[in-house]
Amino acid sequence: MSFILSEYLPILIFIFIGFGMAVGMTIIPFVIGESKPDKEKLSSYECGFEAFDDARGRFDVRFYLVAILFIIFDLEVAFLFPWAVSLGNIGIFGFWSMIIFLFFLTIGFIYEWKKGALEWE
Amino acid sequence: MKSPRIYNRIHPTGNMFLYSFSFYLFSTIAVLSALMVISAKNSVHSVLFLILSFVNSSALFVLLGAEFLAMILVVVYVGAVAVLFLFVVMMLDINFIKLREGFLQYLPFGVLLGAVLLLELSMIFFSNRLSKVTLVEFSTKPIFSDFENTKDLGNVLYTEYFYLFQLSGLILLVAMIGSIVLTLRDRSGVKKQIIYDQVNVDTVNYIEKKKVKLREGTNV
Repeated sequence: MSFILSEYLPILIFIFIGFGMAVGMTIIPFVIGESKPDKEKLSSYECGFEAFDDARGRFDVRFYLVAILFIIFDLEVAFLFPWAVSLGNIGIFGFWSMIIFLFFLTIGFIYEWKKGALEWE
Repeated sequence: MKSPRIYNRIHPTGNMFLYSFSFYLFSTIAVLSALMVISAKNSVHSVLFLILSFVNSSALFVLLGAEFLAMILVVVYVGAVAVLFLFVVMMLDINFIKLREGFLQYLPFGVLLGAVLLLELSMIFFSNRLSKVTLVEFSTKPIFSDFENTKDLGNVLYTEYFYLFQLSGLILLVAMIGSIVLTLRDRSGVKKQIIYDQVNVDTVNYIEKKKVKLREGTNV
């Protein structure tokens, strides 16, 4: 446990390298990239799509449902991590405690499966 | 960092410079990006700055020795909640210049919320029951042991806090069912693939043979 920060030192170094690469990759194209502005490049494509458009369009509320269900199962998995780490210490009661927890969420999972929330159509 | 135990726990080599450097780096970026969240003109940029703030707070958790909280902050908040925020921001089809007109109107309410939060924090900080040293330890480790943060949580969460743990499971269940009830719409006229029925089609009933005479055709 006393090595906690030294274990995270490589990650800190990675952050700096990643930041440096990101900055570099942003700057290099401006310096060595060839720039030939043309009006035709901004015009709409042959298939009719605009080259530049507002990204803010209406889309299906189903995406939202999928995201919420993802968060819920994400949290469920988050509860599994400390349980898996300390399963040896908490004994049979801790084991069944988690099984009951998973049982409740499995009820929800069966409900959403039967309701068709996971199907896209 | 007054407690010798904490100092030993997170400063194995006594490298105070690196620790202070990373603390000031991450906390500065966290505070600045939090400021940008409320001052950015484009609300998509606001969410991106919120993500930056989350990541830096998670680095601060690591500095405190709370590895599990740091991981959860990245996995749950950055990975899922911020994505949901982006969804909401993209879904709202609103004019953002118009939205910012009433910015100062909400300022007193925001100041009030901030003041309440500050008051609560200072009440904890200056209370007699928790000295500053135990406060720092208590915020990072639920029980005082030399295990890792994840192990500490696991040792008490599923046994000592059994009812709260099951309650959280029930809350997740309610959230799951609630979101399905609110957003799931049945659509009529959609042709689905039903594999079982499609494979088990009886050829005798579905295929009909007809003799067609030359230049006459047939009715189907």
